[in-house]
Amino acid sequence: MMEYWRTPFDAQTIQVSQGIVHIIEDRCKGCGYCIEFCPKHILAFSPRFNKKGYHPPEVLQPDGCVNCHYCEIICPEFAIYSVEVPTAPGG
Amino acid sequence: MSQAIARKEAPLQQVPDHPLEDLIRSDRIPHIWCPGCGIGTAFAATLAAMKASGQDLSSTCMVSGIGCSGRAAGYVKLDSFHTTHGRAIPFATGLKLGNPRLNVVVFSGDGDLFAIGGNHFIHAARRNIPLTVICLNNLNYGMTGGQVAATTPYLARTTTTPAGNTEAPFNLPLLAWAAGASFVARWTILHIRELTDCIQKAMLKNGFAFIEVLGPCPINYGRRNKEKPLQTLKLYQEQTIIRNQADPSDLEIDFSKKVVLGEFVDKERSTCIENYDKTCRLL
Amino acid sequence: MTGDEACAEGALAAGCRFFGGYPITPATEIAEHMSERLPGVGGTFIQMEDEIAAMASVLGAAWAGQKSMTATSGPGFSLMMENIGLAACTETPCVVVNVQRAGPSTGLPTMGAQADMMQVRWGSHGDYEIIALAPCSAQEIFYQTITAFNLSERYRTPVFIMTDEIIGHMSEKVVIPPADQIRAEDRPKPQGRKDRFLLYKPGPNGVAPMPAAGDGYNVHVTGLTHDEKGYPVMSIEAQEQMMTRIKNKILNNLDDIIITEDHHLEDAEIVIVSYGISARTSMAAMQQARAMGWKVGFLRLVTVWPFAERQIRALAERVKAFVTVEINLGQIHLEVTRAAAGKAACHLVGHHGGAIISPDKVLAAIEEVL
Repeated sequence: MMEYWRTPFDAQTIQVSQGIVHIIEDRCKGCGYCIEFCPKHILAFSPRFNKKGYHPPEVLQPDGCVNCHYCEIICPEFAIYSVEVPTAPGG
Repeated sequence: MSQAIARKEAPLQQVPDHPLEDLIRSDRIPHIWCPGCGIGTAFAATLAAMKASGQDLSSTCMVSGIGCSGRAAGYVKLDSFHTTHGRAIPFATGLKLGNPRLNVVVFSGDGDLFAIGGNHFIHAARRNIPLTVICLNNLNYGMTGGQVAATTPYLARTTTTPAGNTEAPFNLPLLAWAAGASFVARWTILHIRELTDCIQKAMLKNGFAFIEVLGPCPINYGRRNKEKPLQTLKLYQEQTIIRNQADPSDLEIDFSKKVVLGEFVDKERSTCIENYDKTCRLL
Repeated sequence: MTGDEACAEGALAAGCRFFGGYPITPATEIAEHMSERLPGVGGTFIQMEDEIAAMASVLGAAWAGQKSMTATSGPGFSLMMENIGLAACTETPCVVVNVQRAGPSTGLPTMGAQADMMQVRWGSHGDYEIIALAPCSAQEIFYQTITAFNLSERYRTPVFIMTDEIIGHMSEKVVIPPADQIRAEDRPKPQGRKDRFLLYKPGPNGVAPMPAAGDGYNVHVTGLTHDEKGYPVMSIEAQEQMMTRIKNKILNNLDDIIITEDHHLEDAEIVIVSYGISARTSMAAMQQARAMGWKVGFLRLVTVWPFAERQIRALAERVKAFVTVEINLGQIHLEVTRAAAGKAACHLVGHHGGAIISPDKVLAAIEEVL
């Protein structure tokens, strides 16, 4: 949950979207931009090597993704993107 | 066992493609740009903006010159032209005049557009030919191994200025403004949402639109100037300030002070195509 | 009208609808005439910031689907070489007119020469083939400009019209036939599935059909060595395949491309070889020689490149000597010498540039050979 300096009046009615991160590991060159700039800090370098010998990112907290797409748009390699998880009505 | 694998793999096949997959020549990915290079991000923002612009992509073209950024044209799945060094703009001028219905985006680097191609840039801006020109400024000649460029900061080290650059760099938005561009902006690859919206706006602008995008060249520029890629991005985060409509003469790039980002010019001026139709074709 | 104006009219008749130019003596009149005429036929004229940009804009317009051209002279021709190489490499049809003046460098801007004949062949770096035509009168400039466009569309290659200051600025009678008597060719457009289209896959005559930007083929056009799809491939094999295609589409169609004109070759002992303005000198010299009973023939090269090597080689078997007449110090003369391969003597009647060669000089050379 995001931290606020005060609780917004509409905090109860706003639905925070949720996303699933997809990583095309072999496209990654390990720059780490997605990891560094993920606002929810849910990514980390994987200990694995990809085909090119780089450590791609992996998702540490899958539930933490709010589908902001920042990893997707800062990635220079078209290697990471997120898609929205449909939320149940009223959920 | 095989059933278990089949069950496990089944959902994988439903993984949606990368949202820009239809606009990249995926058979040519991974691209040639180094780890941490800013070109890929600026390129992706350009593709996202093309998509978001709602323009007919089958009549949208990309033209590049030579250099690392010049390779962009080779990765976009549109009509794309990788031309000669510095000549992307005059090639694009012929393309646009040959078929004014085309949306022509020029994507190239600072060396290509402003040193060898500097003359073409100012004349295209003066004519106000409808082109969207995106310059990835990484402050040096990356493809050839990191030589001094017309944008290299004073005293910065490159392979041809081993003691430091003794020349002053261009202020690109000032140059574009002075030459008559209809739209002038600057962003960094960290300001991707602003950048994408800005490129989209520029593409819809009927006139010469110029966007400078600051992006790191970690291997050739960063290494010699003690800047790791993440440090460069931190500079973009901490040492920039957004000031739309800023005075173009205040836009020098000096990260020891604040570097100004934003949209500086957005004006209406008739294009050379409109003027030609009116004056020569008597339309 | 002048040769320059006839060139512009020929281009319009051929369907040229884009001219990217830059002023230079003695070619400026072509740009001026095009600037006046193009908008009226739905075309576009633009004066670019230099000849580099002019040539680049011509290629851009060609990929927009237009028949496009530029015209220049020596110094501008030097600047155009960069993008002429791009045209050869990317197989882009376009027409470039060089109204030659004496060089090197700024030379004699207002005085004619024919000294760019090797530059047109080899001026850009690397191996490639081009087509160059050398008309000898204003009327012929009109027709050869149409031929130049047709050849460039048919072979997807830059085609050059090598005139000179003398015929460029000379006023002569030019008959422009009705449009229905002019055959203007258009580049073949691709057929079939767009997603499987290969930008450089040769058709029956060795040339690939060419779509325009916006046709939906998502072409990639690069000056890097590329495969048939147009994608850059940095390999010796790709280089060989690309170079073979670029060379062969010309070399396998020499009969279609090479135009020569024969005069009294049947019994000739001495053959004058010439082209462009010097062909008129040569014609006069041949007629005077014949009047004196000398067995002199004349081979006029209308197409200078590719070189009429086979014709020269065949003649070398039976004639005594060749006399090449040109306003330079022996550019095509050396080609004639190479093709004659020692079987016939080869002489040059050349000039340093700035003036036409007089028939007397040619006659004197012939007399010496006799």
